[in-house]
Amino acid sequence: MTGQNGTPLLSVQGAKTYYGKIIALKGVDVDVHKGEIVTLIGANGAGKSTLMMTICGNPRAREGRIFFEGRDITEMPTHEIARLRIAQSPEGRRIFPRMTVLENLQMGAALDKLAHFDEDVERMFTLFPRLKERIGQRGGTLSGGEQQMLAIARALMARPKLLMLDEPSLGLAPLIVKQIFDVIGELNRTEGLTVFLVEQNAYHALKLAHRGYVLVNGVVTMSGTGKELLQKPEIRAAYLEGGAH
Amino acid sequence: MAEATVKKHGPDLSAAVKDALLSGLIALGLFGPLVGLRTEQNIRNELVVQGRWGLLASVIAVIIVGRFLLLTLVWPAMAARKERVTPAEAPSPVRQTLSRWFAPASLIFLFLYPAIVVSLLGFQGSLKWVDNFGIQILIYVMLGWGLNIVVGLAGLLDLGYVAFYAVGAYSYALLSTHFGFSFWILLPMAGIFAALWGIMLGFPVLRLRGDYLAIVTLAFGEIIRLVLINWRDLTNGSSGISSIPKITLFGIKFDASPTGFAKMMDLPVSSAYYKIFLYYLILLLALLTAFVTIRLRKLPVGRAWEALREDEIACRSLGINTTNTKLTAFALGAMFAGFAGSFFAARQGFVSPESFTFMESAIIVAIVVLGGMGSMVGVALAAVAMIGGTELLRELAFLKTIFGDNFNPDQFRMLIFGLAMVGIMIWKPRGFVSSRQPTIFLAEKKAIAGTLVKEGHG
Repeated sequence: MTGQNGTPLLSVQGAKTYYGKIIALKGVDVDVHKGEIVTLIGANGAGKSTLMMTICGNPRAREGRIFFEGRDITEMPTHEIARLRIAQSPEGRRIFPRMTVLENLQMGAALDKLAHFDEDVERMFTLFPRLKERIGQRGGTLSGGEQQMLAIARALMARPKLLMLDEPSLGLAPLIVKQIFDVIGELNRTEGLTVFLVEQNAYHALKLAHRGYVLVNGVVTMSGTGKELLQKPEIRAAYLEGGAH
Repeated sequence: MAEATVKKHGPDLSAAVKDALLSGLIALGLFGPLVGLRTEQNIRNELVVQGRWGLLASVIAVIIVGRFLLLTLVWPAMAARKERVTPAEAPSPVRQTLSRWFAPASLIFLFLYPAIVVSLLGFQGSLKWVDNFGIQILIYVMLGWGLNIVVGLAGLLDLGYVAFYAVGAYSYALLSTHFGFSFWILLPMAGIFAALWGIMLGFPVLRLRGDYLAIVTLAFGEIIRLVLINWRDLTNGSSGISSIPKITLFGIKFDASPTGFAKMMDLPVSSAYYKIFLYYLILLLALLTAFVTIRLRKLPVGRAWEALREDEIACRSLGINTTNTKLTAFALGAMFAGFAGSFFAARQGFVSPESFTFMESAIIVAIVVLGGMGSMVGVALAAVAMIGGTELLRELAFLKTIFGDNFNPDQFRMLIFGLAMVGIMIWKPRGFVSSRQPTIFLAEKKAIAGTLVKEGHG
């Protein structure tokens, strides 16, 4: 499944990102190959979300390069990066609260001018039957789990080549987290969807992912397959002991 | 004063009467000397005491009746409302039918309005009602709908909207007085000019958000006004431009000349025809604004506006060019203000910077906010309430019989206005019409009350 040969789909090379004078990423290298689920784990403030936002061009990397399908996207505006079919489900979900579930999905399909909208909506409702029940309801009235499902479904409506998820498990009950991770795994197996997953919930993320990176204070300290990382004592000590299993 | 004992099952009437009378007594004690007696000096510097018993009686009557109504109706109703547990309550069927038929019914009324007024009051008597109420309100309905695109849909707080109105008005005033172009050529041109100004302003400032954008647009509104005052060679400064040509109906003038409308139609000469013609013109212009807005809401750009209002970052991550989206909203809103401005100039026959003060922008923003951001019907209702209300206050001269000849209801306009707005913001914090109609459905329509929905962030 993990075709590691050839150029990676997404390649972050030595990215350094600053917030003003504060350095948040101190030269990060991350590769995501086609068909992979790659996860990035780390504690609060390690720079996980910053990396994901840097890939989307906001904030921009001050040094280093980011390539997507071999193309340099470091200087591209955010909306053009999204048009390359990098779909992002941002941290905090950021669904449109006053718009209905269906309208939210419609916004996700804006890139293709709704060319295959009906078909894709059906597919989303198969993946997330809960959303179908809520179809005419405003996004802001959904529960946290439903909002997360909606955020992922909205991102998928763009038929992405790369799906980036920022902490989909944030603030959700373990059962819902499992449901969402199951859907991601299934999409990867059946459709070969490439996923870049930023997570604090290290156990679930590493179990799901083919490969993982560990980010500490803006530096990648470890990388390997999900299984390898799960076995490492340092990781067990730092991210798993006492965590949600 | 007796405590208001509100019982659960109906108010206690006799207690309420007693309480109200007691309040009246207290009011008599308080207002008797304050209001009832008035001292004045006569020519010989003697103090003369005058009684104002009529005024005193009406004040006390208001207090007694008000207290009684509070005790028997208002407070019990409020207590009952508090007691009723209101879970996510769907709009009642009556309300749904009302909201479905309200817009078409009022549209028919608007088209029949001049005919109704003329048949009731005759041509001469209709002037005030068609002009002061009809046209005046419709101009603000149009401005409200135009600004609704910017503020209500795209969520960009524009406090300088009147600048585009001014651009439209001066475009017509200058080009028609200097070059003699007709209104029908200048109407689209005024719109285009205003839209260009919208883009010129929008381009540098649309990176700003929220409060910052509001301040810059506010400044822009003032800049335009100050330029109009100080660029005397072009705009004639604060004395303004007068004798602006009137609008013609395909070349037919509305005057007493042999080729004028009245003579051609073999009607007695009256200025009412022109006013009625203007009424229908502004009605059509306003409806054009509404039509364009309603259509655009269902197109990608309209959806992008609304999404932008909800969450800008999410929009960008979905591949929407937020700068262009904002610019289109800004330019389109400005264009409609330009249309309205050129109409305004033609209707008044006179423009001066006086008409384009910040107060005007504030009123238009208030109309949009009061109406419920994004709701067409709500904005129209708010325009009727705000502008019609102001005009109605001019009609309150009969109050002089109660309050004496020095009473000038116009002076209280702003006070009443302020109170009304505070009241509305307390009871209807999301405006008159707070529900938002979705633009796409799979199943049947279902309106959901705006109170169920929390604000977006970002």
